[in-house]
Parts: sequence; structure tokens; C-alpha cells
Amino acid sequence: MSQYLIRRIIFIIPVALIVCLMTFMIIHLIPGDPARVLLGEEATPQTVAALNKQLGLDQPLPTQFGLWFWQALHGNLGDSITLQQPVVQAIVQRVPVTAELGLISLLYSLAIAVPLGIYAATHRNTWIDGVVNVLSLLGTAIPGFVLGLLLILFFAVFIRIFPPGGYVPFSDDPLGNIRDLILPVITLGTAAVAGNMRQIRASMIEALSQDYVRTARAKGLPNRKVYYIHALRNAVLPVVTIVGLQVGSIIAGAFIVETIFLWPGVGQLAVNSILSKDYPVVQGVVLMAALSYMTANLLVDVSYVFLDPRIRFDK
Amino acid sequence: MAVPTEFREESQLVNTKGVAAGKAWFAKVVEILRQDPRFWFAGVLLVFVFAAIFAPFITPYSPLEYHPSIATQAPTFAHWLGTDSLGRDQLTRIIYGTRISLSIALATILMGGICGTILGVMAAYLKGWVDQVITIVIDAILSFPGLVLSLAIVTALGPSIINLALALAFVRIPLYARIARGQALQVSAQDFVTASLVSGTRTWKILFRHILPNIFSPLLVQATISISFAILDESALSFIGLGTQPPTPEWGSMITDAQTYLRSDPWMMLGPALTIIIVLISMNILGDAVRDLLDPRDSRRVGKSLEA
Repeated sequence: MSQYLIRRIIFIIPVALIVCLMTFMIIHLIPGDPARVLLGEEATPQTVAALNKQLGLDQPLPTQFGLWFWQALHGNLGDSITLQQPVVQAIVQRVPVTAELGLISLLYSLAIAVPLGIYAATHRNTWIDGVVNVLSLLGTAIPGFVLGLLLILFFAVFIRIFPPGGYVPFSDDPLGNIRDLILPVITLGTAAVAGNMRQIRASMIEALSQDYVRTARAKGLPNRKVYYIHALRNAVLPVVTIVGLQVGSIIAGAFIVETIFLWPGVGQLAVNSILSKDYPVVQGVVLMAALSYMTANLLVDVSYVFLDPRIRFDK
Repeated sequence: MAVPTEFREESQLVNTKGVAAGKAWFAKVVEILRQDPRFWFAGVLLVFVFAAIFAPFITPYSPLEYHPSIATQAPTFAHWLGTDSLGRDQLTRIIYGTRISLSIALATILMGGICGTILGVMAAYLKGWVDQVITIVIDAILSFPGLVLSLAIVTALGPSIINLALALAFVRIPLYARIARGQALQVSAQDFVTASLVSGTRTWKILFRHILPNIFSPLLVQATISISFAILDESALSFIGLGTQPPTPEWGSMITDAQTYLRSDPWMMLGPALTIIIVLISMNILGDAVRDLLDPRDSRRVGKSLEA
């Protein structure tokens, strides 16, 4: 067990290095002189040279990466150009808002998908199974931004029961916070609902066709026990993998959902920085997104050790 | 006119062969459509492809000309989906937008697919440090949430159609590389590859003659499935303002425009929104059907598709 984990963690080091290198290289993809792009057309050669020096862009590339990496290891990703504050501070301030949105969306997706997926798998070819299939299809086919705007149209413009956007911290106004949360969570979580429902249905059907399920039935266990004790435990593994992967689409989705619903989170910060060409912040958000996603997938692999005895007892 | 006999015979031969092949092809299509009704959704997509190609002949309006006097009109007989804030016909812009969305999606799949396949096959065939480096780089690309990395790349390169396609293609390389690597490992371990290696065939010839044709179908399945994701991401990036730039008609940016008029003219959004949804649903259904037809995991079906 510990060997499996050690191997997994050692393998993450070179990957993380390349991730940092790729994030660092973003600023060098800018065609021409980055400092000139940042400062605009009217900048004098002196100010351009000064910014190049400040950003370290006058050094050779490997030196630049070394310096940037060393600073990044110390939690310093430079200063924002538009916000007059360090990049890390700007991001960390906004993490709670995005984390609230992301985690609740993930919970919402599981709360809907798990029961429906299991029901569809155990009642194949009934009308509910059909509804589940159609919903999974719709969920994957409707882009988040379209769904978000349609929800605003119906629930904030036609029947005014939810606000079209905005955010109140939970500590200031708990009810208001929940009211602000509902439409963004549905927007962000629905694609995940669809994916989860499909995966749970498929892996549950797969598990139900195994020999141990037949054995369990043969020894006279009631359906309920067969489903929840024998089949579900084995069907849950691929679902955990999918949830790990969904962390990625939820981070990316938060960019768009926070923009539509005016949530002051990391996603909105990212989109604003993109539009105002605040490259250090863009770089910081991209690195943060990648590191959170890597951590989520590492946690998924660690959880396998506890969920799957085959890994625990294999070397 | 006197045509030498042997020439006439030969041309007739070629001709009948062509007709027979055409008939067999047609019969195969009918057979596939009969067996799996999901393939009828290809018809929906063909309508869009047709609209993209023949756009100027289908609609009498220009997608770019301003007509402020008829701005933000609700749907009428003259303008089936209404007009936008500058008086341009919405349906016309959707039809022209099909060109953009489909070509970006195709370019994305082709570029990502070709680069990914080359990397994957190289990793599998050359092994050793090449394999290790490629695997680590691919894992690194996969460590980014896909859309976030595309977003960063377009931000740096500057918003344009080509940069958008490049950015979307880059994050898709790992999908194809992983499949190609796995498949190529299996194929290159087979006897016929060893045989041609022993008989002195050059490496590139082995790759193109023996390995590539044998790993093609899972890659094709991946391509059909991911084309809908390419359209999804493309419209999302354009919605944010990072893809096509005004006045180019594009579905995602049409929705951005409509967002401003959500309260006063909500119908403005419905045209482009429904278009995206219809295209993505058709592509998803078709992608599932293609996977079921070609999926190598289901050996019964593979036997069928190979003999066909």
C-alpha cells in the first residue's frame, strides 16, 4: 500500500515540473515583446526596458524560469498589473467564493446522479431509465453558458424568484447566500450530473452482471442487499475516477459561471485579467487550477487504496 | 466514332466496377441506418454542413451589413429568428456561423489528432527515454483543466480563429496520444510487424503501412466523440470574447450579444442557443452510435465492421 502511494507521489514530481514550465511559458507565447504588449503602443523604450527588467524578461530563458520557479516555491507569483496587489493574495482572497460554488455543485451532482443512476441500472428499460438517458444526453449537450442564461431568463426575468446574479457571503446573510447559490450551482453542476448518471448506470450494470452478484442472489439475499452491499461497492470505483476528472471541468466551468452570475471568485478574476491582459494573474490562476486539479486526482488515487482491497494487498 | 476495341472494353470494365462499388457503398449505408436509427442524426449534421457550404444561396441577407432601422426585431416572416442589435438577420448569422464553428471543430480534431497520433506512435515504437518524456509531457498537459489551458494559450497568442483552433487542438493532443500509444504497443508486438522488421523494412514504412492502419478505428471513435466537445469549448471561449472577433458571425459570440438584451428581447438568445444544443445533441448521439459500431472492446462488433 505505502509502496503504491510512494510510487504515485514520486511520479507526480516530474509532471509538476513540466506543468510549472508550461505555465511559465504562457507569457512567452505572446507574439513580439511582452512588455510592449502590456504597456501599450504609447510606451517609451525606457519604460519598456524598465518593465522588462522588473519582470526579469531581460535575462536568458532558463535563468528566467529558474528565478520564477524559485519565487513560486516561496509562494510568490509576482504582482498583478491592474490590481496593485500580489498575485497570490488576489487569488487566495477569492478562493472561498469559488470553493463554495465548486464543492456545492459537486455535491448537487452526486446527490442527483447517484440515486437516479442506480435506479436506472436496476430498472433497465423502464420509463425512468429512459428519462435518465435523455437527461444525461441533454446535460452533456447544453453548454454551461447557455444553461445559465436560460435559467436567468426563466427564474430571474419571467418568474422573479431568484436574483439574476450577485453574491452575499454566508456570514453576512445565510439565506441570501443560499438564494444566490441556487442558479449558479445548477448551471455548473448539471453537466456533472449527466456525466455521473451515465457512469453510475453503466458501472452498476457492469457490476450486476458479475458472478458474485449471481452468487449473492443464489444464496437468497434480498435485492436491496445485493444492490447496495455487493454491486454498489464495486460500481463506485469508476465513479470516484470520474469525480476526480470533474474537478477539472468544474474549475473551468467556474470561469464562465462566475462571469455570468457576477460571482467575485477566482474564475471572474481570471476572466477579468484575461480581458485586461494582466498576464501575471492569468499565469497564477492557471497554475493554481492545475495544482488543484492534480491534487484532486492524487486524492482519488489515494482513496483507491481504501476502496479497492486489490490495491491494498497487491505489493 | 471508331474506338479501338480493347480501349472500349477496358473503359466499360472500369465503369461497371465503379457502379458496383457505388451500389455496395449505398447498400452498406442503408444497412447501417436500418440497424441503428441513431445514425439518422447524421442527417441533421448534413443539413448544417450543407448550410455552411451554400450559405450565400440559402439566405438573401448579408451576415455583416448593418440595418439600424430594423434593429432588435422579434421574429417575423421576413426575419424568422428576428434581428440583432445592429439589424442583422439572426438566422443568416447562424447559418454563416456554422462555417466558423464546423471549421474550427474540424481543424481542432485534425491538428490534435495528427499530433497526438504521431506522439503516441513514436512513444510506443521508439520506447526508452522518448516514451518516458512523451508520457510525462502528456500527463502534464492533462494536469490542466482543458478549457483553462486553452484559455491561457489564446490569451497569450491573441484572440483569433486560428489561435483558437491551435489552443483547442493543443489540449486535445493527449487524448489521441494515449490511445495511439496503447494501440501501437499492442500492434507492434504482433508477428506481422516482427516479420516485416526482420525482412528489413524501413521504420517509417512499418509505421505507415502496418501500425497506423491498424490503430485507426479507435482514434476515429475518439474523434467523433470529441468533435462535440470541440464545438462546446469553441463556443464557450467565443462567449467569453476570446475566439472570433466582431463582426464575424459565430454562435457563442451571438449569445454574448444577446445577453445584453436578455430582459428586453429574450428571443434574441433562443436562435443561437437552440442551434448549439441541436448540433451538440446530434453529435453526441452520432458519436455514441459510431463508438458502438467500431469499439474494439466489443469484439463481436469489430468482427462485423472489419468484414464489412
